[in-house]
Amino acid sequence: MHVITLDSETDFDGWRKAARALALNGVDPRGVTWTVRGNEPELFEAEPDTSLEETPGTFNVPAKFVELAKIAILHRNPERFALLYRLLWRLRSNHDLLEIATDPDVAEIGAMAKAVRRDEHKMHAFVRFREVGRESKSHFVAWFEPEHHIVELAAPFFARRFADMPWSILTPDLCAHWDGHAVAITPGVAKSEAPTEDRLEEVWRSYYASIFNPARLKVKAMQNEMPKKYWRNLPEASLIKPLIAEAERTTAAMVANAPTEPHKAQKRVEEDMPRKAASSSDSIAALRSEAADCRACPLWKNATQTVFGEGPSRAHIMLVGEQPGDKEDLAGKPFVGPAGQMLDRALEEAGIDRTKVYVTNAVKHFKFVPRGKIRLHQKPNTPEIKACRQWYERELASIKPDLVVAMGATAAQSVFGKITPINKSRGRLIETGEGTRALVTVHPSYLLRLPDEHARAREYERFVDDLKIAARFLRKAAHAA
Amino acid sequence: MDVQRKLEILADAAKYDASCASSGTELRDSSDGKGLGSTAPGMGICHSYAPDGRCISLLKVLLTNACNYDCLYCVNRTSSNVPRARFTVDEVVKLTIDFYRRNYIEGLFLSSGIIRSADYTMEQVVSVARKLREEHHFRGYIHLKTIPEADDALIAEAGKYADRLSINIEMPSENSLAKLAPEKDVRAIRRTMGRLRLKLDEAEEAGKAVTKAKPPRFAPAGQSTQMIVGADAASDQTILHTSANLYGSYKLKRVYYSAFSPIPDASRALPLAPPPLVREHRLYQADWLMRFYGFDAGEIVDEAEGMLPLDIDPKLAWALRHRDRFPLNVATASREDLLRVPGFGTKAVDRIIATRRVTSIRLADLGRLHIPRNKALPFIVLSDHRPSPHLLDGVGLKERFRAKPAQLGFAF
Repeated sequence: MHVITLDSETDFDGWRKAARALALNGVDPRGVTWTVRGNEPELFEAEPDTSLEETPGTFNVPAKFVELAKIAILHRNPERFALLYRLLWRLRSNHDLLEIATDPDVAEIGAMAKAVRRDEHKMHAFVRFREVGRESKSHFVAWFEPEHHIVELAAPFFARRFADMPWSILTPDLCAHWDGHAVAITPGVAKSEAPTEDRLEEVWRSYYASIFNPARLKVKAMQNEMPKKYWRNLPEASLIKPLIAEAERTTAAMVANAPTEPHKAQKRVEEDMPRKAASSSDSIAALRSEAADCRACPLWKNATQTVFGEGPSRAHIMLVGEQPGDKEDLAGKPFVGPAGQMLDRALEEAGIDRTKVYVTNAVKHFKFVPRGKIRLHQKPNTPEIKACRQWYERELASIKPDLVVAMGATAAQSVFGKITPINKSRGRLIETGEGTRALVTVHPSYLLRLPDEHARAREYERFVDDLKIAARFLRKAAHAA
Repeated sequence: MDVQRKLEILADAAKYDASCASSGTELRDSSDGKGLGSTAPGMGICHSYAPDGRCISLLKVLLTNACNYDCLYCVNRTSSNVPRARFTVDEVVKLTIDFYRRNYIEGLFLSSGIIRSADYTMEQVVSVARKLREEHHFRGYIHLKTIPEADDALIAEAGKYADRLSINIEMPSENSLAKLAPEKDVRAIRRTMGRLRLKLDEAEEAGKAVTKAKPPRFAPAGQSTQMIVGADAASDQTILHTSANLYGSYKLKRVYYSAFSPIPDASRALPLAPPPLVREHRLYQADWLMRFYGFDAGEIVDEAEGMLPLDIDPKLAWALRHRDRFPLNVATASREDLLRVPGFGTKAVDRIIATRRVTSIRLADLGRLHIPRNKALPFIVLSDHRPSPHLLDGVGLKERFRAKPAQLGFAF
């Protein structure tokens, strides 16, 4: 029988050194007894362990095991050293052992590590500092009773959080102190060493009582997260019983009380800062505000806002797209997303200044289905296009452009009032009557969707070529004027 | 009025907002010796729990409970006779720091009644955060309520100081909001959520770019919202569709569901009843199914019913409606399918997938995987278990799961 005596309850290095030597000497876990200095059973006192040979060498274990062992060794269960050695022993013949969540040893070590982590988390949460001395001379002292050996594990959190104040956390096992530079660990003390009050505790208690909603009593849920064993060191816990006792009465009174006469408040309402003025005070601005409340089809329901057209009120060219996308819906402006960037690039190459054209969409609400954290674009159907066409017509009547560029099938359907195949109509000026001409091309998002790089480059060139027709038309019109 | 009395009034006024999270933000601490505070890695810290089961993580208060609005469901509506109070900026700052030093809280959650104007109110809220960050170098968590339609510069500043911003959608449908909160405008709320998302995206993209200068900081813990459940007639189906829309549109970190609860000095127009806590719990479970289990909003609720069952959880209810998809062989089923087995949590599924690579899973292993046997067994095949074929076809299966009706606990 080998007896290993570790220096302390948290002596991971000592355990590791001994475990390595035991394993290299082929010592079966059943033949080892683990104890901690000061806690040795008397039986073993006169029996120092000398039988282990210094065996040179090393062996590999998964990194995960070392992490797990460092935490699990802090558990208060005296069997933990033996369990860890048994796992180490078994890992040598089965490197994947830790992946088997159903193995009893793996499950047990996992549960131990989890309990230690939970205790550490609860220590971070439930330590309550009390101020000793005032102002610049103050020192913050807490009393805490951890379930496991976690003082050293939990202390760095407090050092990072409360770096600018000296503090001490006293516990029966060990105490941690911070002087502004380093954490010092000293032996445990009795509760009587800790301060018993703080000037803020009355205020904290009244916050606790006020934030509690008596109409939704869930005592079990509270106790699952804040078990009774912690209550004796929480200043607010003395309120729990009276609050529960009062809750039913308070709630019944709220429900039963006849409503009082509504209070006539004296409101002081001010206007918000003037927002950036609408681009113009003409009829387009009026149309835009009218369209903001449009309910002509159901698309408004799921969208953020109506995305109306934008641009100079006397533009010679009006660009019409399909519908706003994700970005446009959020920003409330047409063509500001990826398709908008593609359009900007193409316009520039074609020699058209975007600030001089009026840009709008055939359908003015974003149609989509939510998929987790994103929204999938959906093509608008004919009733939706028809419902929205009034806005396009009114924009057209107000702007009176010389040329309308319909980008994509939806835009073409709106511009011509009927389904219009793009490939048959694109690349030439089409008379639409009333002195306006139309040009059909693809929608820039079509280019974004093409998977093949060559096809994308080719189609982009064709798109720019179409826009160049518009540019030439614009120059001619300007020349004629 | 002393600060303690103000705190009582303004905490009481803030408690109907369910959000109290302090997680998911950037890691900060004060180990450089300048300033106070840190953020907690992982799930955030609840420093206490009230007997309502709710986590107390932040000092959750209103700057003032005076309000120009008259939202019927709200304890702070202008026509209510509750006592009013208003903190000064310095009072909130001092309370936050005093509480923080004693380790009572992770930080501050500040909201406010609408006074004077949206901009004025937002400016007041922002100035508390500004003072905490700029003058006291406070590194703890800050959650600010965003006032819809507030000026863009104020919103940018709020995002610079806050970890999380939130705007409450309040009601699942536009009609209910118009009826119960006449001064609120769902379109304005959504537009502001959209503005927040654009700023969140911008900060995230700038953060990814290596060459660019430091991006404008904007609410690293994102945005969240709250919906009140049970103050209007909206079905669970409507509520979940609204949530799915909000998650997709504005990348919300959380939608909180808050069972409409009796309030002091309630409006005559909204008769009080005990809060529908079980319904609220079921909605949270359904929300989890959407966010972590691959369920679509449209398939969680039985369309004919429109409501989630109260007696069994929504995943079990879904499985009972889709018995043809079971039993599932745990040894071979895909992750997506395993997530749909009643009683299988995401962690259990991870463990199953790791374990089954090495060894087969038997009946006796379920306990160590933390899987409730009774719930899962009718739906799964293990190396030493196959449910009786009559069980899945039988009408008695649903009865088997019906628990005695009781309010369930739920911590969040």
